[in-house]
Amino acid sequence: MEKKGFFSRLKEGLAKTRQNITEKMDLLFKYHNEVNDELFDELEEVLILADVGVNTTTRLIEKVRERVREERIREAQRVRAVLKEEILALLSQPQELNLRFPAVFLVVGVNGVGKTTTIGKLAHMFQSQGRKVLMAAGDTFRAAAIEQLEVWANRVGCQIVRHTEGADAAAVVFDAIQAAKSRGIDLLICDTAGRLHTKKNLMNELEKINRIIEREYPEAHKEVFLVLDATTGQNAVSQAKMFKEKVNVTGIILTKLDGTAKGGIIIAVKSELGIPIRYIGVGEGMDDLQPFDAEAFVEALFEEA
Amino acid sequence: MAFEGLTGKLQAALKKLTGKGKLSEKDVKEAMRDVRLALLEADVNFVVVKDLINRITQRAVGQEIMESLTPGQQVIKIVNEELTALMGGTQSKINMAPNPPTVIMMVGLQGSGKTTTSAKLAGYLKKQGKSPLLVACDIYRPAAIKQLQVVGEKVGVPVFERGQVDPVEIAREAVEFAKKQQRDVVIIDTAGRLHINEELMEELSRIKAQVKPHEILLVVDAMTGQDAVNVAKSFDERLGLDGVILTKLDGDTRGGAALSIKAVTGKPIKFVGMGEKLDDLEPFHPNRMASRILGMGDILTLIEKAQASIDEKKAQELEKKLREQQFTLEDFLDQLQQLKKIGSINDIVSMLPGVDVQKLSASGALNEKELIKAEAIIQSMTPEERRNPSIINASRKRRIAMGSGTTIQDVNRLLKSFEQFRHMMKQMSNIEKAMKRGRFKFPFL
Ligand SMILES: Nc1nc2c(ncn2[C@@H]2O[C@H](COP(=O)(O)OP(=O)(O)OP(=O)(O)O)[C@@H](O)[C@H]2O)c(=O)[nH]1
Ligand SMILES: [Mg+2]
Repeated sequence: MEKKGFFSRLKEGLAKTRQNITEKMDLLFKYHNEVNDELFDELEEVLILADVGVNTTTRLIEKVRERVREERIREAQRVRAVLKEEILALLSQPQELNLRFPAVFLVVGVNGVGKTTTIGKLAHMFQSQGRKVLMAAGDTFRAAAIEQLEVWANRVGCQIVRHTEGADAAAVVFDAIQAAKSRGIDLLICDTAGRLHTKKNLMNELEKINRIIEREYPEAHKEVFLVLDATTGQNAVSQAKMFKEKVNVTGIILTKLDGTAKGGIIIAVKSELGIPIRYIGVGEGMDDLQPFDAEAFVEALFEEA
Repeated sequence: MAFEGLTGKLQAALKKLTGKGKLSEKDVKEAMRDVRLALLEADVNFVVVKDLINRITQRAVGQEIMESLTPGQQVIKIVNEELTALMGGTQSKINMAPNPPTVIMMVGLQGSGKTTTSAKLAGYLKKQGKSPLLVACDIYRPAAIKQLQVVGEKVGVPVFERGQVDPVEIAREAVEFAKKQQRDVVIIDTAGRLHINEELMEELSRIKAQVKPHEILLVVDAMTGQDAVNVAKSFDERLGLDGVILTKLDGDTRGGAALSIKAVTGKPIKFVGMGEKLDDLEPFHPNRMASRILGMGDILTLIEKAQASIDEKKAQELEKKLREQQFTLEDFLDQLQQLKKIGSINDIVSMLPGVDVQKLSASGALNEKELIKAEAIIQSMTPEERRNPSIINASRKRRIAMGSGTTIQDVNRLLKSFEQFRHMMKQMSNIEKAMKRGRFKFPFL
């Protein structure tokens, strides 16, 4: 299978993102040689249009202003570098994703963000690394969700544990854990039904699934991935907050970065909640998943068009 | 409610304005800064916000406001008018073809909710006496066809599919099929796609050219951020949209995308998706939403409704009693009956400013059944008890419970919620006073 390097794929996926932001940035810096209020206003506009959000944008701009003052920066170009540094500082991971096997991933998120597709991609990624992967069809609610995951299991050639539509999702996960143990599985990935973070009952159901994993599979390394859609605006922060509260999200996967949405919301999510971003989705194919690299992300974002 | 967050923000922003005697230019500018932040935080597009703020500031600063007796009211009115204008009129109508079948094409980004919404729309039209046909043109996403079949069956609408062949061909055959089978509406579910995917956008153009839909609807996730305008613009330029359906509005998103899309494309939002159940499709009410966003709840609508359904004189008496703290259970009963004429209690309370509907609902205070119970309980009281609830002792409670077929706990709860209600209305009367009882009246309180 053809493999492209991370940078080229990331850049491909981010081509649009980069274009949008950097085009604006370039335009901006062409017009501004001086550092003045107008420059900051326009920087603010660029960030807000990228969905970074008012709070985080204000904080970033304040920080840059402060540094401009302290470091006596006189050139608009230099201001850009400082802003880049500040975003990078916000995005820097607290730690690497150190996976241990056997491992179990619980994949959660609101409706339609790309959970099932991402699970297909993750399974493919780990199978290619020689890991034995098992999927648990934990979305027993949405019509044909089980079939959708099954197609992915066939595509990537991994195993799957499924019940029927309407079955208890926790029971599916329970069975999958037993299967993972007895079949010597390296990585169990559990799909879940999309749910709005504001639906109490559904969030409680998720909590229950999470508890079952903890109770039944304590020896496994556990990751809870929240899938966020790059097209989402400020609501992503609320999503992250609630999911974190309920199931202790350990990492974020940002999907659909191949569109024109700039994905700036992860900057807000990281800054406000400290949840590390682990992977990004840049398409619908099984290769379209990349480990998140803050530096590459910011570089690509600010690269000259 | 979807717009609750935004409502709260705007309310906070505007609170500074109400009750002030006069507005300086500085006052307006300052308030507009807050309004701007609130709108941006609600994901309203940056450019749209800029526009809106300029327009409102221009109108607000100067005579119109300065000479008014209640400047706060004026500003609220202006912001309300602007937001309403921005979102357009009510248009939850589907263009029906003079010669059936009417062909409706559903388009949008991946994961926006097209398949579910297609089924909801099919169910909605079926209830209106139509006989729709659903068409599975998403040949890409795994199990998408199966998903449509399942939801189609749930709403009792047949699904036309041909497996993974060219969607243009599927659409063509489907329309033929519909003609033969006397199906008068054809709803085409297409695959989710990025607006910048040339090949897939071309596919949509070809489907359009082939079946000439009467209605092309863009399905948009209400949680969409700043990019909403780019998406809507691209689809509109490429296909010529007839309307928009906003989905997932049952969450806590502030839904600023609703404002932006309308402003940028001029296309009406026809329906909103309010849940995963297949009958959770509702008409979009721009004016109601605008008032909500304003943080004045739906007060304007409420007043209109109330005025239409309530005896003016009686209302004034009541208002007087309320102000003089002579409000009794008798009046409470009367109120309950009046309220029922206006609409559901949830509707009404959600229109009141500063009332946290979610919290109230959780406390059970807004339960329709409880209100019916309340009515029964009060009816079992003697006139004296109604006028002076403090005389209701244990044995009276037992008698009332017996008489109304409820329990003593129910009676206790009612007495308690009466106190709460009295409190709430006292607050309302304060708000009203703050608004200097100008044009804004609450005759039913
Ligand atoms: N362009 C693009 N599309 C994606 C990406 N990830 C997922 N999708 C698409 O988004 C749509 C929804 O993806 P799903 O994986 O079904 O999403 P989900 O979160 O499992 O959805 P529910 O289970 O219904 O809540 C599908 O059409 C996917 O192909 C991505 O990175 N880029
Ligand atoms: Mg799924």
